[in-house]
Amino acid sequence: MKNAYFGRRYTISASHRLHTDALSGQENRAAYGKCNNPHGHGHNYTVEVMARGPVDAETGMVINLVELDEAVQTRVLDRFDHANLNLDPLFSGTVPTTENLCKAVFNLLDGSLAPAELEHVRVEETENNFFEVLDEGRGDEGRG
Amino acid sequence: MVFLTRRATFSASHFYWNEAWSAEKNQQVFGRCANRNGHGHNYTLEVTVAGKPDPVTGFVVDLKWLKDVMEREVLAAYDHRHLNLEVPEFKDRIPTTENIAMAIWQRLEPALAAGTGAHLSRVRVYETPEIFAEFRGGA
Repeated sequence: MKNAYFGRRYTISASHRLHTDALSGQENRAAYGKCNNPHGHGHNYTVEVMARGPVDAETGMVINLVELDEAVQTRVLDRFDHANLNLDPLFSGTVPTTENLCKAVFNLLDGSLAPAELEHVRVEETENNFFEVLDEGRGDEGRG
Repeated sequence: MVFLTRRATFSASHFYWNEAWSAEKNQQVFGRCANRNGHGHNYTLEVTVAGKPDPVTGFVVDLKWLKDVMEREVLAAYDHRHLNLEVPEFKDRIPTTENIAMAIWQRLEPALAAGTGAHLSRVRVYETPEIFAEFRGGA
């Protein structure tokens, strides 16, 4: 069955501070610069979620937008929107860089879009910085 | 391999309806999109072709030629049209963004294969800046 891909973009506003206890204060400032500000700072993140799967013959859809929105709302937006990322248990042991946020969003959504599968998550921290986590489990032709 | 993408826009109307279903089920699955009077979007189409740059011209494909192919094969049929009522492939296929991406692939692939050594790699259709579908061919 031929796969198609359906993508949707969401926004979350959240604060974070890039800091690791593994480095000294000076090393943290050197590594993270302005992002190490002790009081934190915030971004309007854009979260792009892409689902993969065959197009359902009855609906013409890879995934119903309403179901995708529901999964993203409950698993990601409710959790991170207007929150301090450093205080989320997912970041108790890792720095909430946008790389790690992107991985966290991927892991929160992976397996929740059935029968479609998660193809990628892209998080844009600003319009000039963005990060992607791809589904690496699939073969060249996809699983379909 | 180099990937080259050309963007174009078209404006069209559509609605979602499965004739095999009751009105209630159509309403339940497709929500506002099931309004039989239709509604419309400004679509953005991205067509990506892949190939080796020609040693003489440095082009994967001539962009003007690609633009002409997109206009002839897709925009002439889709722009300022009602997709359900005026575009043949949607007589028996719901014009969801997924199906539009696949239909555009089917329209473009033969024309692009005929013209150059490059091949169609990806068709992406934005229904709004936040909603898009993609088709990459495949078996």
